[in-house]
Amino acid sequence: MTQTTATIIKPAEYISPTRRMVMGIIFLALSVGIWVLFSRNVTADMQTTFSLYPGGSKVIVPDWIFPSLPMLNILALVGSALGAYQLARGFGRQTNAILGVVSGIFIFAFLVWGASGGSLNLAGLLKVAVVRAVPLTLGALAGILCERSGVFNIAIEGMMLTAAFCAALFGSLVNIWFGLFTAILAGALMALVLAVLSIKYKVNQIISGTVINIFATGITSFLSAKFLQKYEALNNSGRFGTWDVPGLSQIPFIGPILFSHNIFIYAMFIFVILMTVALFYTRWGLRTRSVGEHPKAADTLGINVNRTRYISVLLGGMMAGFAGAYFVLGSVGRFDEVMTAGRGFVGLAAMIFGNYNPVGSLGAGMLFGFADSLASKLAILKVPIPNKFLEMGPYIITMIVLAGVVGRGQPPAAGGKPYEKE
Amino acid sequence: MEPVLELKGITKRFPGVLANDHISLSLMHGEIHALLGENGAGKTTLMNILYGLYKPDEGEIFVNGKKLVVDTPNDAIKAGVGMVHQHFMLIPVFTVTENVMLGNEYLKAGGFLDRKKVAARIREISQQYNLQVDPDAYVKDLPVGIQQRVEIIKLLFRNANILILDEPTAVLTPQEVDELFNIMKTLVAKGKSIILITHKLREVMEFADQTTVIRGGRVIGTAKQSETNQLMLASMMVGRQILLNIEKKDADPKEVVLDVKNLKVLDTHHQIAVQNVSFEVRAGEVLGVAGVQGNGQTELVRAMTGLDHPIEGKIKLMGKDITHSSVKEITELGTAHIPEDRQKDGLVLAYSIEDNLILNTWYKEPFAHNIVLQRKVILDNANQLISKFDVRTPSPLTATSNLSGGNQQKVIVAREFSRPIKLLVASQPTRGLDVGSIEYIHSRIIEKRDDGCAVLLVSTELDEIMQLSDRIAVMYRGQILAIVDAKTTTRESIGLLMAGVAPEDH
Repeated sequence: MTQTTATIIKPAEYISPTRRMVMGIIFLALSVGIWVLFSRNVTADMQTTFSLYPGGSKVIVPDWIFPSLPMLNILALVGSALGAYQLARGFGRQTNAILGVVSGIFIFAFLVWGASGGSLNLAGLLKVAVVRAVPLTLGALAGILCERSGVFNIAIEGMMLTAAFCAALFGSLVNIWFGLFTAILAGALMALVLAVLSIKYKVNQIISGTVINIFATGITSFLSAKFLQKYEALNNSGRFGTWDVPGLSQIPFIGPILFSHNIFIYAMFIFVILMTVALFYTRWGLRTRSVGEHPKAADTLGINVNRTRYISVLLGGMMAGFAGAYFVLGSVGRFDEVMTAGRGFVGLAAMIFGNYNPVGSLGAGMLFGFADSLASKLAILKVPIPNKFLEMGPYIITMIVLAGVVGRGQPPAAGGKPYEKE
Repeated sequence: MEPVLELKGITKRFPGVLANDHISLSLMHGEIHALLGENGAGKTTLMNILYGLYKPDEGEIFVNGKKLVVDTPNDAIKAGVGMVHQHFMLIPVFTVTENVMLGNEYLKAGGFLDRKKVAARIREISQQYNLQVDPDAYVKDLPVGIQQRVEIIKLLFRNANILILDEPTAVLTPQEVDELFNIMKTLVAKGKSIILITHKLREVMEFADQTTVIRGGRVIGTAKQSETNQLMLASMMVGRQILLNIEKKDADPKEVVLDVKNLKVLDTHHQIAVQNVSFEVRAGEVLGVAGVQGNGQTELVRAMTGLDHPIEGKIKLMGKDITHSSVKEITELGTAHIPEDRQKDGLVLAYSIEDNLILNTWYKEPFAHNIVLQRKVILDNANQLISKFDVRTPSPLTATSNLSGGNQQKVIVAREFSRPIKLLVASQPTRGLDVGSIEYIHSRIIEKRDDGCAVLLVSTELDEIMQLSDRIAVMYRGQILAIVDAKTTTRESIGLLMAGVAPEDH
């Protein structure tokens, strides 16, 4: 073949000039935004104070104090320079990375402006962001386990909610560890229902997932109203305490943000690493991914497609159960009706944003967690934006990503399709 | 000599169909045994039984004289039987190494995948059988010819001794076909035995040692290569005398109907699929577009029919600019379209035949009066076309999903040809059809040409292009490398063009 195809005419990759221009204009608009919205509303004598000390840590770090206006102007200049270059030449393949940088500059400028003439606890903001990322990232990991094997799991929300209920009930009745165990078990049981419906009976996976979500909301609300809210002894599980990682938690600034938490936060990081290794470097991972991409090919190589899917969905359910336990055992120590509040769905958004990759999902989870954390801090800053608007941020970002502005993700090819041997 | 593989009395029934009726076959050591039959004759069913994907209702399989029970593909793999499926069983987003080891992974200490060791084994196999391939390449980046090598390496990696190749040449250029057969000769010389499933007579005559013909699920006969010829095999395959070449008069081209200039079209992934394409088609001639699948033909046809719009260039139909016209406008100007995928783009499968027959005229008199469909007229129209175009169906109200591929295609042809048309765009008009239907559709296309219609025929079957076209345009990677006169060209020079060798190179 190599001899005969002497004249290969390679078609060039088509980079749309429109896209280049639009990106350049977005960069410039964000930079102009910094100037119009922030710089002009700051007087020359104002100072911004960022506290780098989240509280509770032994290492004291001095505050970071700087004049607001020059900082904002520098940020706006850097942003416009990037925008100008994008319009003139274009960053090519790096465009998305630069978009990230410019967005980062914009958010930082927003904080500088918000804290001008006052003070903002930056370390505290980031620490809360990490905590808020936990249910989202764990939910995304649960989604990845299912989707990589080719089963859509939109029932993560319901699995989490049921698990949270069990964690509160059995955590109160027996102890906190037993509560955690039953939460994981509850997730697995819900996943078994999903698996049997969608793998064995080939029910449309969106419908089976929705049914599970509705069921979970109904049963937990009913039982909660009937028992948990009436008898305080049934709804008082307590929670896991904070454990400082020896040594690491002493690092200034980063230490308290990352290494002074309860077990759920550490588990999130460990699961991300474990799942990356398992999916991409083990036999189990190779087979699971093959089943999600091209089940028939896997079948012809002697891989049992349905068994592989059952295992993945059950593992995903256990992960969702663990995520559900966080709401009770890692956060408030009691169960409230519909307390997951859509976090399971945001987890799925994080999974898609993270391109079905554990590490990517962690990044997405952190980003969403940051927005969440920022929204709650806004009340303290005297920013004239209703914080509900800021809370919409992550979802707007997700929609933009899903619409393909930043680029297309690569979902498993056989996702959502039951396997049939012709 | 004892056969390495013997099938005895294999029978398989599907609801309402006897797919395999007591089929027996024996494969000798070191031979290429062709299994010849039309689509739907039962070849693939038989091989899926051998490979453990289906269970036979009756019959036995012997490998090296020992009885073999295959419940799953694993049993077949263990017995040394391997299969290259017609649609490759490769995972595009995996590397060659990952595809080859899947299901048979080498592990390092700690249970991690040993990609290096597998890659080394692939290189070893490449050397031994002359199958060059890069183990670290992603399958999605490889041309089909190389993907097929990966499939063969997969079998050799599992130490298969009996290789089944299901229609292996369907997606290859003529040169790749020659290379494949060289590979097959090497394999056989090194002690492997091969079953070649095909419906192409020429391949059988050139490469098989022995041929078994099946028709309607039954073995019609087995012949050594030296004792047979193409015509004999063809009539065994079809069950009657057939014309291998259709007769046609010389073309009498008249005015330009379709005029395409400097076309550039993007595919669904926003990559350039067609560029710098210019050609014209005149009334009364067939312009054939040859090329291996995936070289921009699909996108070209979509641009001609208004399903997609080019980003550059002009398309004129009888002098009128239709570059950005809608499908409906183009259809009403007199364009007929036989789409590449008849089930997806040609028919609404759940609809009845009568409704499918008015898919592009339903809003017009006499089929509609104001907003009401005229059911009686529609039914009469259907009955008329069904008999005129010989559609085999119990009733005009039958859903098209219940028809065979050939009859589905006849419904499309009936719909498109029953209007006054100036241009026919036919894409893969006979893909997957039996010889009888192919004959029928070919003669209808030539009839239209003789009526003064301009025909743009896109096909990956070189035989079809050679038979029907008056001029042939060869597409390679989105460009037309040359437009040649069908009468003076040869299969070989078209084949070279299909592989991307421009005319000045040879």
